[in-house]
Amino acid sequence: MSYVIGIMIVLSVVFSLLLGRAPEVSGAALTSGVEAVKMCFELMGTVALWNGIMRVAEKSGLVVIIQKLLSPVTGLLFRGLDRRSPAALSAISLNITANLLGLGAAATPMGLEAMKELDRINGGSDRASGYMIALVALNTASFQILPTTVAAIRKLAGSESPLDILPAVWVTSSLSVTAAVGTALLLSRVSKGGESGESE
Amino acid sequence: VSPSDLFIPLVITGILCFGLIKGVNLLETFTEGAMDGLKTVVRITPTMIFIMLAIGMFKASGGLDLLTVLFEPVVSLAGIPSQLVPLMLMRPISGSGALAVFKDIIATYGPDTHVGRVASVMQGSTETTFYTMAMYYSVTQVKKTRHTLAAAAAGDLTGFIFSALAVSLLMR
Repeated sequence: MSYVIGIMIVLSVVFSLLLGRAPEVSGAALTSGVEAVKMCFELMGTVALWNGIMRVAEKSGLVVIIQKLLSPVTGLLFRGLDRRSPAALSAISLNITANLLGLGAAATPMGLEAMKELDRINGGSDRASGYMIALVALNTASFQILPTTVAAIRKLAGSESPLDILPAVWVTSSLSVTAAVGTALLLSRVSKGGESGESE
Repeated sequence: VSPSDLFIPLVITGILCFGLIKGVNLLETFTEGAMDGLKTVVRITPTMIFIMLAIGMFKASGGLDLLTVLFEPVVSLAGIPSQLVPLMLMRPISGSGALAVFKDIIATYGPDTHVGRVASVMQGSTETTFYTMAMYYSVTQVKKTRHTLAAAAAGDLTGFIFSALAVSLLMR
């Protein structure tokens, strides 16, 4: 991760000199911190809201029901996690549910909650566990039933049927989730060898 | 009123009513969860500042334009309209950036053209990969993310290639 960021910064400086865009890059460097904090400020509202709502779902036992419904999927992707950390599994179940419902704002806090719990059972190791990789892969390619923003933009641009892309979106996003999670699980299996935080 | 407008209020009231029936102290439980949520965001803010520094500088440097020229031939080979290269480059690193590029493509080519449709499917079926990855790991002590990037990239590539294929096959 640090390498990717480092490379991006070096490349930006090189490109900005080549293309004569140093003032723009300098401006961007100065405002990016403010932008990031603004974004986190907005994130605070949604994350706090959904974290609160989800805490109610947890306390009321609603999560247990959802978890049972999703157990065929989670059992496959996060093998053995039900024994190692029920808390992580329940956060993951909510994360998947929120993603399926298209509630990205609710998926993020649940995903972060799950990551914290997975980090705890990873024993403070600096290497990502197979569970973490699977969860991040799942969320970098999340399945969307109703891409509302895209539909709204299409409608505004005068599309005759803004939602006619749905079947194609479903096919494409299920394939991309499968590819991401499949790669994660496959490479976890290949790179086994007594690593921490892994199942079995 | 469209059904999607009712959806979020229904989810929220549904969860709260279920809690009420089960005798949960709503205010106390909600604020407890919300407080944890606030702490989480504070914890990820420093990482986000660093990430946005890199992304902001890169976007401003015009590097994307150079990469676009580089990638166009490869992308055409995969059957993807080459006008979509800027979207494919922006999509993994910046949600707002990708949205701007997407709007621009729709305005230029129209929503119901082949290019417009593939762009819509692409935008609708992929995520801001890099940013998501950074945010998720920022609440952990992990420094070596191992094959996370490979898995995420596999997902993105599949999404890009199949958005073009799916539009060709499923939409006449």
